Amino acid sequence: MENKLTVSLSPHLHSHNSISRSMWNVIIALIPALAVAIWTFGVDALWVIAVSVCACMLTEWLIERFMFHRPCTLMNGSAIITGLLLAFNLPSILPWWMVVVGAVVAIGIGKMSFGGLGCNIWNPALVGRVFLLISFPAAMTTWPAGVSSGLVHMSGASGADATTGATLLATLNESNGEIGMSSVDFMDMAIGHMNGSLGEVGSIAILIGLVYMLITKVITWHIPVSMIGSAALFSWAFGGNPLLDVFAGGLLLGAVFMATDYVTSPMTKAGQLIYGFMIGFITIVIRRYGSYPEGVSFAILLMNSFTPIINRYCHPTLFGRRRK
Amino acid sequence: MKLKTFRKGGIHPAPSKLTSGMPIVEIGVSSEIRLELAESIGVPARCIVKPGQSVSAGEMIAEAAAFVSAPVHSPVAGTVKRIEKLRDPQGFWREAVVIATEHIETAVDEAEEALSPRTQDEVDALTPKEIIDIVGNAGVVGLGGATFPTRVKLSIPEGKKAEVVILNGAECEPFLTCDEVLMCGYPDRIVAGCRLIMKAVGVDRAIIGIEANKPQAIAAFRRLLKGCDDISVQPLKMKYPQGGEKQLIYALTGKEVPEGGLPVDAGAVVDNVATAYAVYDAIYNRKPLTQRVVTVTGPHLKKPGNYLVKIGTTISSIIEAAGGLPEDTGKVIAGGPMMGKAMSRLDAPTTKAISGILVLPESMSKRRSEEPCIRCAKCVSVCPMGLEPYQMMNLSIAKRFEDITKLHVMSCLECGSCSYVCPSHRPLLDYIRYAKQEIRKMPKK
Ligand code: SF4
Ligand code: SF4
Repeated sequence: MENKLTVSLSPHLHSHNSISRSMWNVIIALIPALAVAIWTFGVDALWVIAVSVCACMLTEWLIERFMFHRPCTLMNGSAIITGLLLAFNLPSILPWWMVVVGAVVAIGIGKMSFGGLGCNIWNPALVGRVFLLISFPAAMTTWPAGVSSGLVHMSGASGADATTGATLLATLNESNGEIGMSSVDFMDMAIGHMNGSLGEVGSIAILIGLVYMLITKVITWHIPVSMIGSAALFSWAFGGNPLLDVFAGGLLLGAVFMATDYVTSPMTKAGQLIYGFMIGFITIVIRRYGSYPEGVSFAILLMNSFTPIINRYCHPTLFGRRRK
Repeated sequence: MKLKTFRKGGIHPAPSKLTSGMPIVEIGVSSEIRLELAESIGVPARCIVKPGQSVSAGEMIAEAAAFVSAPVHSPVAGTVKRIEKLRDPQGFWREAVVIATEHIETAVDEAEEALSPRTQDEVDALTPKEIIDIVGNAGVVGLGGATFPTRVKLSIPEGKKAEVVILNGAECEPFLTCDEVLMCGYPDRIVAGCRLIMKAVGVDRAIIGIEANKPQAIAAFRRLLKGCDDISVQPLKMKYPQGGEKQLIYALTGKEVPEGGLPVDAGAVVDNVATAYAVYDAIYNRKPLTQRVVTVTGPHLKKPGNYLVKIGTTISSIIEAAGGLPEDTGKVIAGGPMMGKAMSRLDAPTTKAISGILVLPESMSKRRSEEPCIRCAKCVSVCPMGLEPYQMMNLSIAKRFEDITKLHVMSCLECGSCSYVCPSHRPLLDYIRYAKQEIRKMPKK
């Protein structure tokens, strides 16, 4: 008996946390937004999501198998999340091969070129999305016709094309203030019955996902709250409408699911607050002064680049340093 | 009411207190007692007996060999058989004295008879210095697991001043209940021991900190201390490592022990409740520390319980008393599951350090395989010392020990919260220990 005893160093218990457990919880949290996407955009949405997820998984499998010669990591769910998040950031009528290009770039360049899970600097899904946005700007901003743009009365003069549809933020951006806030249908905005990228439209669904992730302790409140708070603050300071900036575009999706990505966000609470705050600020600056109606993706990628620096300067307070 | 606790970090492992509320059962004396000389941290005691010599119960067989060192006493009357090197539970060679017990059946009574208790008047007449000397000569050490000689702890260094005595009854380790049953059974003796400690260090205030999952212990002290304003009982939030010395001081006094400092730098003297009991025994009953309560437990053990064990009894015979090793045993741990040490040999004797013997089944014994760090920051947020475990691990792997010192690695109390929580099953604490060991070897600047 005795020589069969296992000897290892303490601790001898483990919390049963695992990568796959965290990742599957994120996937569950994404389900409400996914349902809203399908409800709003129909089968098109399902198609984009399926192509994106499959392409991400296949890319990861091929690279692990034939370049890294490592065991398959698909079951931990991280490639599925990248696939879902990429799809959530695309218009539902994007040609399927563009979706594949986005997925290959996201996994191949965004994640695997750094060494795989845990080693990447930028959020892989956003790397894929921004690559598509720069390569195919027209396709990436073509929204399906027949979906509400979030305005109560669609007036033909507002610049919204009858066949291509438009997102609320873009319409308002182009109208230069001609369309007042009074014409925004806040109900449609809340439940997600309006135009935009697949996953960003259902505000309530995203918030349900946030609550789920907070309860299951997958993430903490620091990044989403500081990011949304600072976006609202600067929106107000720059004379915008905070409600619109927070709920109409990709900000919520970004704050809840993209900026909170473990790998690319800071390690300390203080660092996370700074990071979220800066993303909110940069987003609003891009929306007001840049040429894009959206700015969340760029803001997050930019702050991803600063994460190592934030980690270098933001340390937790050492016990014993704070004397009363 | 909001329960007191420490400020940052901490985890909530399942309490698994299978033996909670079970009475203390005395285990029969074995025919052979083997006493290690290194019963405290610091210098091993110096043996003062020779083979063939007969010893009485409670007789000192080895004396303190330095300031940080504690004497060892024989728990039984008998004959010294050998002085030899034997393997301790972890497999290291240790110097030990082997004693053959006489009159096994009556050994316990004989030990009791040898004592002539001090009267209250005699106790009251003792000066602080005398208390410290008696406690020191009785071989009392910290029974929470650290085995720091209590005499050293009670000798407040020149220029420092203690303000409060803290009795540690947190028992935050899962599975262990030895302190709990002692607190429920003998609160009066623990309080008497506490008053002696207060006198020895010259303070008039004490706090007994107990985690809220031991309501009976809390009630027992409350009843006893009704109307006393020198000692108070403070229920604590259930959170690991609540019983960590620095965490406990913070929870009870709001003061932080400075980095690298001692509890007394925050004005506190912290002793385990079992240590206070041993102090009581040493002073009132003139009884050296030769036995302790050990929680013998495990999910598949037949008769888990709280056993009163003579120091020097073989570990396997204690497990026998608890129903024997289950078929599927995979790991046997000395102490609790968070900070205890896995044993490789069960034929080794128990020591004063062993507060529990935890028998884990095969299924709970193996670690899961490591995966890459996903930078989830969980290790950072659970660390009670405000350290960055993932970073220390990475630097330790890279052998950049100079850089790790800048991350205050020496503050790590080895609580294991970081390894416990890591979703990638990375053995953070293993790497941190390795770094600490290498840093200790580095020449001092
Ligand atoms: S073992 Fe050390 S580094 Fe890990 S959580 Fe505990 S104190 Fe922090
Ligand atoms: S808990 Fe594990 S995976 Fe998370 S940051 Fe720490 S080492 Fe990395």
